[in-house]
Amino acid sequence: MNTTVARLTARGLFGRRRVLILLAVPVLLLVISVIARNSDLDKLELAHSILGNLALGTLVPITGLIVGTGVIATEIEDGSIVYLLAKPLPRWQIVTTKLAVAIGATWLLAALPTYVAGLIVYGTADNLALGYALGTVVAGTAYSALFLLLGVVTRHAVIAGLAYALIWESLIGNYVEGARTLSVQQWGLSVTQAIAADGTVTAPVGLTTAVWLLIVAAVGATALASVKLSGLTLNGEE
Amino acid sequence: MAVITIDKVSRWFGNVVAVNDVTMTIGPGITGLLGPNGAGKSTLIHMMSGFLAPSSGAVTLDGVPIWRNQQVYRQIGLVPEKESMYDYLTGWEFVLANAELHGLADPGAAARRALALVEMEYAQERQTGTYSKGMKQRVKMASALVHDPAVLLLDEPFNGMDPRQRLQLMELLRRFGADGRTVLFSSHILEEVEQLARHIEVVVAGRHAASGDFREIRRLMTDRPHRYLVRSSDDRRLASALIADGSTAGIELDAKALPEGGSAAGALRIEAIDFQRFTTLLPKVAREAGIRLYTVSPADESLESVFSYLVSS
Repeated sequence: MNTTVARLTARGLFGRRRVLILLAVPVLLLVISVIARNSDLDKLELAHSILGNLALGTLVPITGLIVGTGVIATEIEDGSIVYLLAKPLPRWQIVTTKLAVAIGATWLLAALPTYVAGLIVYGTADNLALGYALGTVVAGTAYSALFLLLGVVTRHAVIAGLAYALIWESLIGNYVEGARTLSVQQWGLSVTQAIAADGTVTAPVGLTTAVWLLIVAAVGATALASVKLSGLTLNGEE
Repeated sequence: MAVITIDKVSRWFGNVVAVNDVTMTIGPGITGLLGPNGAGKSTLIHMMSGFLAPSSGAVTLDGVPIWRNQQVYRQIGLVPEKESMYDYLTGWEFVLANAELHGLADPGAAARRALALVEMEYAQERQTGTYSKGMKQRVKMASALVHDPAVLLLDEPFNGMDPRQRLQLMELLRRFGADGRTVLFSSHILEEVEQLARHIEVVVAGRHAASGDFREIRRLMTDRPHRYLVRSSDDRRLASALIADGSTAGIELDAKALPEGGSAAGALRIEAIDFQRFTTLLPKVAREAGIRLYTVSPADESLESVFSYLVSS
């Protein structure tokens, strides 16, 4: 961790208009939760829709995408990353610091609202709210690392990330059996299942597999991002 | 002594060769990297600052490769051409952050010293996003100087500066050069480089075209055939008088040349081989023959044509 890098990253992330989008999505989640709480529908089903599909399936990847790319892709895009890189700092330190900021932001803007939404809709019953909150914590961590890597390797990180989130995670990961094993969302769900009361959540991926894959994805993405960052080249004007 | 050595370096992007087999040594004092736009100056500076790997050859600082070597930044200060620099920070915060990133013992003192060097204290509490181009350039300088580097690399530092800012920056760079630091800056304007650099390296179309002190480069650039377009009250008589002298190699009488402002009907296209002598000869011949000169304009003074001459020679 480098406090200066963290400070610059956090200010860049929250100091721009981006923060409005980042805040709008969780606020929407909470509004929907309040509406759902006052409806006559089955509360468990509602909780799964809101916490599973909306929070874990949509809010977390979107937040992870905006935050994960936002902590580094913007600086690479406009060239200001030069001021970080032209320093005798190990590249892994820049990457892990930025990742820490991204993870913190994802927890704050996705995991915490998920927990609150769970409490609003379902209360503390069955440990469901906590389960989904921790599911979003681990999924948010993995998304942050993956999208940060994407921000380093491609100049079209947001589009690539969006394609990944929509096509792989939402479409294929939800409907194709085999692909579920390699879906961050499903890994998060495995954690949720482990914490929530038996029988309330069904996750297709086993907890051990999910945890290992999560670690491999997060650590691998971070390591690769560090390597890629130390070989970052500047495009000339010519 | 900090010396950057570029040894048989080429760099290509796909099929495009940006730098072609360049060898040069940049030592203490001020060196100007001169060349037209697109010549490969930025590519060279990116390789010298560790932001681009040479496709072949080696770029080293005191014998140590620069690429993928973060430790070189203890000695190198880089002033990039791009302007983006964390617009939401104030000048002070920006320079202080740079000092902290270098891991300096007293970043506050280093930032104060650097901002004082570039005389930007008066605006240090303002966000850099509100700065003029010249102010940004100076704060970028301060950020590059904050760790007191032995080498300073500047990519087109005078771009967009007004004459006063230009003089100020030149003065500052001269001081660094006099301190024995290795200062390299790129520019596409000969006069700029000439005013400042002790040593000039010329690159054209990715190739190292010339190297030497500014007098040598100036001589190389002036000792070449010069073409002039001349309009006068009697083109034909002027032509015959001029061709008698050895300083002209050829004169073409162009009756159809479009006159500027419609004052004359035709024009002479003159190729002079002895620049110095021709410039004194022309007015003398005209006066003696009673011919009035309406237009004397260099036809190929663009830097590109000067450079292409250098490359072909």
